[in-house]
Amino acid sequence: MKVLVTVKRVVDYNVKVRVKSDGSGVELANVKMSMNPFDEIAVEEAIRLKEAGKATEIVAVSIGPAQAAETIRTALAMGADRGILVKTDATVEPLAVAKILAKIVAEEQPGLVIMGKQAIDDDCNQTGQMLAALLGWPQGTFASKVVLEGDGVTVTREVDGGLQTVALKGPAIVTTDLRLNEPRYASLPNIMKAKKKPIAEKTPADCGVDVAPRLEVLKTTEPPGRKGGIKVGSVAELVGKLKDEAGVL
Amino acid sequence: MANLLVAEHDGAGLKDATAKALTAARALGGDLHVLVAGQGCRGAAEAAAKLDGVAKVLIADDARYAHLTAEPIAALLVGLAKDYDAIVMPATAIGKDVMPRVAALLDVMQVSEVTKVLSADTFERLIYAGSAVQTVRSRDAKKVITVRISSFQATGTGAAAAPVEAVAAADDPGLSRFVGEELSKSERPELTSARIVVSGGRAVQSRENFAKYIEPVADRLGAAVGASRAAVDAGYAPNDWQVGQTGKVVAPDLYVAIGISGAIQHLAGMKDSKVIVAINKDEEAPIFQVADYGLVGDLFKIVPELTDELAKIGK
Repeated sequence: MKVLVTVKRVVDYNVKVRVKSDGSGVELANVKMSMNPFDEIAVEEAIRLKEAGKATEIVAVSIGPAQAAETIRTALAMGADRGILVKTDATVEPLAVAKILAKIVAEEQPGLVIMGKQAIDDDCNQTGQMLAALLGWPQGTFASKVVLEGDGVTVTREVDGGLQTVALKGPAIVTTDLRLNEPRYASLPNIMKAKKKPIAEKTPADCGVDVAPRLEVLKTTEPPGRKGGIKVGSVAELVGKLKDEAGVL
Repeated sequence: MANLLVAEHDGAGLKDATAKALTAARALGGDLHVLVAGQGCRGAAEAAAKLDGVAKVLIADDARYAHLTAEPIAALLVGLAKDYDAIVMPATAIGKDVMPRVAALLDVMQVSEVTKVLSADTFERLIYAGSAVQTVRSRDAKKVITVRISSFQATGTGAAAAPVEAVAAADDPGLSRFVGEELSKSERPELTSARIVVSGGRAVQSRENFAKYIEPVADRLGAAVGASRAAVDAGYAPNDWQVGQTGKVVAPDLYVAIGISGAIQHLAGMKDSKVIVAINKDEEAPIFQVADYGLVGDLFKIVPELTDELAKIGK
């Protein structure tokens, strides 16, 4: 079975993001960029399926600027077989991303698409569900366990009160939650090998998708700050303050 | 035209999330209908009918909605969508699963986890783990919206009950099958609606210590128990206790952070709490920058003292 994984280039998890003073967005110049952490988990899961003999080929897709090729290259170094970069400098919203991916899925015909549940930049948590909708495929979102059985896939999902398990008819979309696996680091030999793996390039126009945003961003501002309070010296003082000053007990 | 709120419920009654999302949905203006889809959900529908500002309740009571799996619910919502300007659902695990599927089927770009409704088409939402607030205007004719419930107060009951009308189930696309669930059984309040939350971090060091230190103080306070990602990753606490950017977002009256350093991703899940208490042995820990009351010291000494002190005041 061919497995498609999607990888997004985002501001690194450890970067403290700053809002631009003119309200036009956040500061992205000279900021460290990395693969979205949930997408690393998606790539890892696909590689484990391949290592278990269940997946035959892993295709990593990214939509973004020329530098998104580096993100694909990271996936290739982890163990994906080839890449597809849909190159655009525009901000592409989840709906348009899903439309582009639907075109790629139609060409590639994977049996399973594994995606991160959300990107840590826009925190939308939409694209996997949208792609499933456009393809008419079932979705196993927020996965903490994925088991392939025949053409189907059984997914254990993280839900509000615990875990839920669903059986999906293949082909299907799976989106990853944090505890699905721990992504590996690419080894140096694999990083070298990844340089020779192919990355095909396309544009949104090649896919026939209009990426004009549907949401107009009017402004981006700092959230209201929260001031630090006081340090108390003892447990008795703390309980006294909570009871009498804050009135929360 | 009108707007449709999709209820989160347990069959017999509504989840707190519904009354909170209702507050956001009412801010859109226009008539508001509530959909209760499930199996054996008459009780929830009657509870929804009593909420203030609800003009009509639609009930879809059918086996195919028993587990609120995304594919059949999305098919139902798409069938109902033509009568509505906006479809709204709380951003619970179910809302996050179902609504983007509905949005894509309607060719709408969803507005996820709104924290403020400025008008029928303009909203605030957080990006980058709450590091920035984006004000967005939707250009789509129809809106599909999920609501961050910690940002809205619950709407109370109204003067008269709204009518409850049955709607026919939609064809089940037959793509998925519910296999089972393991829900954590707890006498404690739900994390996302608790008035008090006590959370532990990596410094708690083990699952046994969660039971020995964190849970007793939580139970003393009638609180829900939460955890930082580090504590969950280390196996000290179950996954559904995680508070933060990618876990649950809470805004209780009192949040007690024990042995949590306060990474931005954790703060994203709790910094709207009314009062924050931090207990940490590192006085430089970032959690103190958002805490109203900080206590520097060893949690293994402080937390039992706190449990005892609360007992003294009759907690």
